[in-house]
Amino acid sequence: MDAAAPAPASPGAPPAPAAEPLLHIDGLHLWMRSFEGEAHVLAGVDLRLARGEVWGLVGETGCGKSLTGLSVSRLVATPPGRYGQGRIVFDGQDLLRLDEAQVRPLRGRRIGMIFQDPTTNLNPLFRVGDQLVDVALAAGAHSPQILGLAPGASGAQRRAAARELAARMLERVRIPDARARLDDHPHQFSGGMRQRVLIAMALIGRPDLLIADEPTTALDVSVQAQVLALLKEMVAEYRMAVLLITHNLGVVAQTCSHVAVMYAGAIVERGPVRAVLAAPRHPYTRALLKALPTRATPRGGLEGIPGVVPDLVHPPVGCRFAPRCARAGAACLGAAPALAAVAGAHEVACVHPHGPD
Amino acid sequence: MRPDGAGISAAAAVSAPRLDARREAWRRGVYRFRQSRMSMAGLVIVVLLVLLALLGPSLAPHPEHIAGGVSTAERFKAPSAQHWFGTNEMGQDVLSLVLGGARVSILAGLAVVLLGALAGTVVGAVAGYAGGWTDELLMRLSDLKLTVPGLILAMAVAAALGPGIVNMVFAIALSWWPGYARLVRGEVMARKQELYVTAARAVGAGPGRIVFRHILPNVMTPVIVKMSLDMGFAILTVASLGFIGIGVRPPTPEWGSLLSVARGYMPDYWWTAIFPGAAILLAVFGFNLLGDGLRDVFDPRSRR
Amino acid sequence: MLRFLLRRLLLTVPVLFGLTALVFAIARLLPGDPVALAAGPNATPAEIAAYAKEFGLDRPLLTQYFDYLGNLLHGDFGMSLYTRRPVVEDLAAYLPATLELVFAAMALAMFVGIPLGLWAGVRRDAWPDVVSRTLALGAISMPRFFLGLLLQLAFAMALGWLPLGGRYPITLDPPALVTGLLTVDALLAGDLEAFATACRHLAMPALAMSLSPLATLMRMMRASTIEVLQQDYVQTERALGLPRRLIVLKYVARNAISATLTVTGLYFGWLLGGTVLVETVFDWPGLGLYATKSVVTQDFMPVIGVTLVIGTLFVAANLVIDLLYGWVDPRVRQG
Repeated sequence: MDAAAPAPASPGAPPAPAAEPLLHIDGLHLWMRSFEGEAHVLAGVDLRLARGEVWGLVGETGCGKSLTGLSVSRLVATPPGRYGQGRIVFDGQDLLRLDEAQVRPLRGRRIGMIFQDPTTNLNPLFRVGDQLVDVALAAGAHSPQILGLAPGASGAQRRAAARELAARMLERVRIPDARARLDDHPHQFSGGMRQRVLIAMALIGRPDLLIADEPTTALDVSVQAQVLALLKEMVAEYRMAVLLITHNLGVVAQTCSHVAVMYAGAIVERGPVRAVLAAPRHPYTRALLKALPTRATPRGGLEGIPGVVPDLVHPPVGCRFAPRCARAGAACLGAAPALAAVAGAHEVACVHPHGPD
Repeated sequence: MRPDGAGISAAAAVSAPRLDARREAWRRGVYRFRQSRMSMAGLVIVVLLVLLALLGPSLAPHPEHIAGGVSTAERFKAPSAQHWFGTNEMGQDVLSLVLGGARVSILAGLAVVLLGALAGTVVGAVAGYAGGWTDELLMRLSDLKLTVPGLILAMAVAAALGPGIVNMVFAIALSWWPGYARLVRGEVMARKQELYVTAARAVGAGPGRIVFRHILPNVMTPVIVKMSLDMGFAILTVASLGFIGIGVRPPTPEWGSLLSVARGYMPDYWWTAIFPGAAILLAVFGFNLLGDGLRDVFDPRSRR
Repeated sequence: MLRFLLRRLLLTVPVLFGLTALVFAIARLLPGDPVALAAGPNATPAEIAAYAKEFGLDRPLLTQYFDYLGNLLHGDFGMSLYTRRPVVEDLAAYLPATLELVFAAMALAMFVGIPLGLWAGVRRDAWPDVVSRTLALGAISMPRFFLGLLLQLAFAMALGWLPLGGRYPITLDPPALVTGLLTVDALLAGDLEAFATACRHLAMPALAMSLSPLATLMRMMRASTIEVLQQDYVQTERALGLPRRLIVLKYVARNAISATLTVTGLYFGWLLGGTVLVETVFDWPGLGLYATKSVVTQDFMPVIGVTLVIGTLFVAANLVIDLLYGWVDPRVRQG
């Protein structure tokens, strides 16, 4: 079990709810080899997820949020990737220290993943039911209770149980006529329905942690809302921890309980979603929110953020946002600032954070 | 798609000064060609072969044998200093025969490809530009070829026409042209809509002029690539028909027919077969290497 | 699926008509006197006159074509001057041997080439692109008749492991005739000795025929596999815990094969064409040898008979490939 329990409870009192993080990404560093050299794509990522929490991980394209998600499932190829110091502690185990054979049983069964494009993420040549059944069987190989069978069950029995489970999952994600639809191929489903199927696939193994990488970006706005609502329901029902990776702050506001803002490979601000969005402290977060048009925005009044993202092959020393920050000072160019609490669970990694206005 | 590091280099990319796009593509293609050792090897082989084809008989130590002279006293001599490839059942120097055969095979192969490309281009251009019924008809016609494997078709036509190299070339070209027709038709149809065609039409140019002066020059590149790719197989087909006994009449040496005769003397007089056979292999391989390399130069997307 | 099958079958009919028209055109291509040619170089004037009447050359071309079509449907493919039998009898006698050879070669190319390609694609570093490319290019540049000869030199003459040629030793009794394919018939009769003998005769010709498509199929499969492995759905399959073996053998294989399958159809044509060459080298009593001998003796009717049969086989093979493709990739069935 996780050795470091935060805030020891006073004797006699019940422990604080959701105290132990299910997932603790602790100072993760990742380098990626590319044409121009080695890019330092993750520079000390720090995240803590507890059961029942839906964490939004936001940032612009290229900031490393997808790589963070992939790292948890150890799906980043090494080479060209190379992990430095840091740990990914999942339920007491450091996933980075495990080899492939030890990680695989976790995938699908304890850690589920959903990717962005529902069109390309389902195998077009196989029936949807087949794909669901295979995932269920793989999970069931390590945790027979998923299939609801005794350990000595035959292959045929396991298949039948898996198929039953697949049908029930499709019903759960509100695919009409689910049982018949098991025999359909992906191209016979609409985009939104395909994403639901992928959700069903990700959750059929009853994972404790779900990593969703831009699950609604490829969908129409109306379908987006439905899929997000579905996700929220199932998260609550299964008591999962969720890492929802997105660049869309609207999605975060709707669906997440917490949010972490990422810039150039590091978390710059994190905390409960209301707190962070209502009163952003980091200059980057503030600028992001200001860039969103609202009803109050005057015509021609959209503000961008000056400058470009840093070159990760030769990243700036110190705070990576400093070159673009209006509030940057000499102190920002020394060492990269660490996350520090500004109000309760609301933390910022900045030398000159904004005040609580 | 996936953040495997590809996106990161994009950030560091610097835009190059804009040169003429086609020249730039050409230069990059030539660079790639030179990088590929296989393609360069192919080029060397082909140049060698072409030289041999042109100069062959003059280089042969015993040109009289190519013309049909025999030397029965020298029958079946193993490879030696005087006869590098040995002699055959009629005492002829195999090296000379192979060199002589080079001319026949390569020139015949070239004739086949040229004829097929020419016929195919014309048909394809007409079909592509005219569209409608003409297109349908011409395409159905070219599809007919697809019902019979090339070699069989060539054999049947050559048998129908009678012996001789010209008939053979014609027979093989007959199974070759549909490929070019399809290619050119596709390209012409793609370009039919382009601006310069409309402009030419506005000036009053007739369809013939438009097709031949304006569209075709742009279409030439894939045709040339296909021609270079086909050269190897054309030579192979010529040799195959020669092996069966169609095409060349004795005493003209041809690699395939040399091999056919040599079969009867295996294994004791192996040199009479090995050298002509190896010559075919080398020629086809060289042309295929070159063709592959050229295709990479002009159309790298199709690299597999 | 059934509708797809019927649609494809229906489309084959005009193609077959086209084939007969093509063959008819070739038959009429003959320079000079077609009658004399069909009658052969040694015909008497009486025989030529009889042929002329039979050919009905004074009638309009279209009528001649329909006469020809009618003859075909009645099984009249003309007479062979050399064997002195109706061509259709010869064709029926020689067809099974060719089928056996072509099937064996195709099976070799597919069942060795495709798995090798899958393996080479999964283990990219062991088989860099240059190696597989050069090997494939070498294999397709090799003339089949030369390869056959080399195989004979090595395995029959030098090592003595395999018979020089022929289909079955004359001294032995072949197994009872059921399909005409000696290997299959031997298995059906439970005669393993005969099966082994038939296989030993089949080995070199099949290898000589199949090397080129084998190499190309391997290369295509390798490229397909590499491409499939980079697809998003493979990442999802991995992310959801599917074992690697299952991913490769069940999912990647099928996705990669569907691209390679179309090329297989092309190779059937190559194989059918190659029968002429390989059968000649190995004295294999099939349609190819029949055609070659007929060409040499200027016996024309058999040549077009063979062309017709091989053309039909080719069209049939393409149909099967189309259907297979529709089965493997369900998206094709809709369109």
